[in-house]
Amino acid sequence: MAAPSITPPPPNTIPRLAVYKFSSCDGCQLSLLNLEEHLLAIVSAVEIAYFLEARRRVLPPPYDVGLVEGSISTPDEENRIRQARRDCKFLVAIGACATSGGIQALRNWANLADYVSTVYPSPQFIHSLETATPIASHVFVDYELRGCPVNPEHLLELISALLVGRKPNVPTYSLCVECKRRGYPCVMVAGGQPCLGPVTQAGCGALCPGCNRGCYGCFGPMEQPNLPAIARHFEALGLSPGEIKRRFRSFNGYLEPFKQMGDRYEQIEQLEDQRG
Amino acid sequence: MSKSSNSKTNGANPNVRSITVGALARVEGEGALRLEMENDKCIQARLDIYEPPRFFEALLRGRNFKEVPDITARICGICPVAYQMGSCHAIERALGVFHEVDPPIRALRNVAYCGEWIESHVLHVFMLHLPDFLGYESVIAMAADHAPIVKRALNLKKLGNDLVALVGGRAVHPVGICIGGFYRAPAPEAAAALVPRLKQAVDDMSELTLFLAEKLTYPKLERDYEFVALCPEDEYPMNLGRIQSNKGLDVDQEEFGNAIEEKQVEHSTALHAAIKGRGSYVVGPLARLNLNHSKLHPRAAELLPPVCRAVRQNLPWNNNFLSLPARALETVHALAVAHDILAHYTLPARSAIEVTPRAGGGGHGTEAPRGICWHHYRISDDGTVLAARIVPPTSQNQSSIEQDLRALAPSLAALGDEEAALRCEHLIRNYDPCISCSVHFLKFSRRQAQS
Repeated sequence: MAAPSITPPPPNTIPRLAVYKFSSCDGCQLSLLNLEEHLLAIVSAVEIAYFLEARRRVLPPPYDVGLVEGSISTPDEENRIRQARRDCKFLVAIGACATSGGIQALRNWANLADYVSTVYPSPQFIHSLETATPIASHVFVDYELRGCPVNPEHLLELISALLVGRKPNVPTYSLCVECKRRGYPCVMVAGGQPCLGPVTQAGCGALCPGCNRGCYGCFGPMEQPNLPAIARHFEALGLSPGEIKRRFRSFNGYLEPFKQMGDRYEQIEQLEDQRG
Repeated sequence: MSKSSNSKTNGANPNVRSITVGALARVEGEGALRLEMENDKCIQARLDIYEPPRFFEALLRGRNFKEVPDITARICGICPVAYQMGSCHAIERALGVFHEVDPPIRALRNVAYCGEWIESHVLHVFMLHLPDFLGYESVIAMAADHAPIVKRALNLKKLGNDLVALVGGRAVHPVGICIGGFYRAPAPEAAAALVPRLKQAVDDMSELTLFLAEKLTYPKLERDYEFVALCPEDEYPMNLGRIQSNKGLDVDQEEFGNAIEEKQVEHSTALHAAIKGRGSYVVGPLARLNLNHSKLHPRAAELLPPVCRAVRQNLPWNNNFLSLPARALETVHALAVAHDILAHYTLPARSAIEVTPRAGGGGHGTEAPRGICWHHYRISDDGTVLAARIVPPTSQNQSSIEQDLRALAPSLAALGDEEAALRCEHLIRNYDPCISCSVHFLKFSRRQAQS
């Protein structure tokens, strides 16, 4: 799909953009820089006012739009996100960490002290929260872009839409729609591989089925997914409760209703262990 | 207004001046710099890492070995392939199938790595580091005066991303890479479509490399470094090879974890990697080039004499500011290698080897754009990860960055605060520090710059 083009507004109305990083891999910020052929158009359409990974100069707030990458996992980040909210008129959480907590949210089911001592010889220096949580758990978020990482085209659509004052057009239907449109044979029905596609929000371009593997849920749950049905399907394919739990509990595992399903299969797993 | 950098005198001793940069810009991840000086003497130089810990080594425990490359990719959005390659090779060693991987699979792995070197090196050289040399605060400001160069660089970066996407489905967190190879080998038509672009890009990057070597002024800061890199016998390093140094380190991949220690240094809470019994070392493009320049692709090798003449320094280069031309040369190399592989590419008989779980352990490092990224895993008989250890490049370089800052300090004494902070930042960016990869940093408490 061709990306919409950006018409630069008059210089006196140029909106100011801020890009923030919290606990994350930098991949979603990088997705912005990966819009290579549009990048020069973007920087002429918006003023990059705060984007530490890309520029040294920082303009003082307020900012019109703030893009937030990462989850909140330290006491310092709790404070910084509140300040970012105060500084931005329109705040957008971008990517799985910012919208679900990300892979580091796996700690939410573990004991932090145990995690810290596994990795660090001097745990007393580590200042982490017990949990890694999405931005919306801390401040009001105006819009969310899913994905691990976000699709660069979605970032372009978001910026374009904000520039002309319309709603971004980003799909909320399931990955299956995207997959069928591309004409891929079903990896689950025809290939017998477990696939989260039927319950996962579209947006990546059905990359995993395109690579002959099941979707692993980078874009998180779609609107109103039928999770018990897919879980029964996984059971029929011979997946153990532990395997089904791990499938839901990954990059968007702390986001409802994936979280609920992960928890449910953890219970089943524990019950089966007790029965021996 | 620039972001928080400042200098102040110490209350107790008016001769002590500290230069602080509260949040380093144009680096991947979150770090801060603190330099304390008494006149022209450096008392303390510290690169603080406050990137929040994400505990990858802990959260990998209990996952199935097949999930590992998908998870470790998320350590770094700039070099996901490096983490996937480290995981794949180390786990293949643990499962006893390391030597069974077919040559066509190894070639495709090199294509993925070439793509990552290209996108990461071009991002760093032109977007993050070049503004220091040309006196701009960012590539955005630089683009106003140097649009043609920026456009050429963006084009090259896109080609790197397209190479990763060819074998992995997408540039950030590729989905096509698995233990044993790839979920699917790329279609020959898709591979062939990139060949003409690669051919042209080799010429373009060669020209840009000479431009960088000839037109930029490289500050002189020579130190007696120990350079550590993979050193395969017959090729410039990416995925394979023994780990060697210019000072006699020569270990098998599995032994590397025992050859280094991660220790605490006085006056710093940061965890620094050091070679046991010797001390700090440097990984990355400069180390690779110094140890392996005779194995560069001919298209990169032919640039060595003019580049060395232009920077007035024959190899080995003991000046980390020359990491910029080293990255440029490696970009030419990666473009040329990818070109050669894809120009002769046919669909392989299989895209992955069979892997079955068995109990075992394995360690392996590959050459991430920033240097050796070493992984070690212990796997149970049902394929569950029991333990993981990951040594990313920036934690290995951290000690050396601080020593470079100490060496630079005397030349800062006469400079104003802003200028001194800029020089320090420029030096830190020599290492292309990728702080997101902080699976293993220790200093996390955020030290606010006093303003």
